Amino acid sequence: MNSAFIISLLQGLLGTVILSSLTFIFGGILGFIIALARISPITVIAKGTGVYIEILQGMPLLVMMGLCFYGPGIFGYDSLSPLQAATFALTLYSSAYLGEIWRGCLQSVAKPQWEAAECLGISRWHRMRYVILPQALRIATPPTVGFMVQIIKNTSIASLVVGYAELSYNAKIINNSTFQPFLYFGIAALMYFAICYPLAVQSRVLERKLNVANR
Amino acid sequence: MTYEFDFAAVLEFWPLFLQGIWTTLRLTLFSTVFGILIGALCALVRTGGPGWARAIVGLYVEFIRNTPLLIQSYFLIFGTASMGLRLPILVGATIALTVNIGAYTTEIVRAGIESIHRGQLEAAECLGLSKVQTYLHIIIRPALERVYPALASQYVLLMLASSILSSVGVEELFGMSNRIQSDTFRNFEVFVVLGVLYLILAVVVRAAFSLLGLALFPRRRKLGTSL
Repeated sequence: MNSAFIISLLQGLLGTVILSSLTFIFGGILGFIIALARISPITVIAKGTGVYIEILQGMPLLVMMGLCFYGPGIFGYDSLSPLQAATFALTLYSSAYLGEIWRGCLQSVAKPQWEAAECLGISRWHRMRYVILPQALRIATPPTVGFMVQIIKNTSIASLVVGYAELSYNAKIINNSTFQPFLYFGIAALMYFAICYPLAVQSRVLERKLNVANR
Repeated sequence: MTYEFDFAAVLEFWPLFLQGIWTTLRLTLFSTVFGILIGALCALVRTGGPGWARAIVGLYVEFIRNTPLLIQSYFLIFGTASMGLRLPILVGATIALTVNIGAYTTEIVRAGIESIHRGQLEAAECLGLSKVQTYLHIIIRPALERVYPALASQYVLLMLASSILSSVGVEELFGMSNRIQSDTFRNFEVFVVLGVLYLILAVVVRAAFSLLGLALFPRRRKLGTSL
């Protein structure tokens, strides 16, 4: 056990946190657009988003990483740095899942709420903003926090194709020189656990708290 | 755009792709079977077992669900290798996947078991069913029936996640593609082909699960969740 190794693992942890945060921000924005598009009254948009979701959910994240890493260069753009490529792939991937989660939340707001807003002559945007979203937010919080755990775990494979140095990459590098897999992968696992477990617990607590109506 | 796409050079390697698909499917099949066994068992323990056993299963589930599969497989496969235990790589990969999916299955099946109405158990007792009969026919089977859709999508995700095991040297579909990439240098085309193949695989596996569902649960009762 060497303090340099521990520092390296902590640096990896920082990389994981940075990538996860970027993914959550961008994936959240895109996912929100996807959720709205999915319930759009225009069939082409709704169907098109459905196909987008099907494709992204039917493909391993690793393949997505490869496409995002090699794709831009081929289509004449500057090639992306590992962090950019990993964020790009994870953003697309998370947007599909978050979009589906949030679509479900929007649709689970009671139908009369939509109809009442329409009857009152509230515009489409205002209906979303002031009637549906505040109610959907309540339902959406627990699964969203739960999905953050998935994002954090998924960042672990950002090192495989695109070579972004995060926690599991640093752990592997250390293992390559020390040959103590139980020790260093164990510590890495505990570090992941230390971020993910509180989120998972929080998700459950929120679920209990916010689900007052069905208790 | 000056890049010339060359899919022919990649598709020439179809026997390797096919071999990869076969390995992916085998990995998925074995870890599905063992995963369901472990999951059902752990779920029973978690809902009705003695306190210490519940605690152990709880620890297992929480730990696996809150750490990435990649680290778990590094830990298991490099770990066993460092102890001098040289497992065949496919066995190691199956164990890693099974341990992982077992935890998810436990949680899903537990939800199913908890949704079984008390009246069902009381009715079973009144009818004089033995403990084993009650577990099999009154608890496990209806519980699995209820959560079957959730299980099926979890196992499709497992199939996709098995690509991660390429990083420990398993030559499943994704691992195979590394070889093709270094032979052709057509990285982007390889990833496009991989994407299409995985999409097809996902559709096929999903269809297989719904057919299996029809065969396993012929009653198709209305249970609140549709099959």
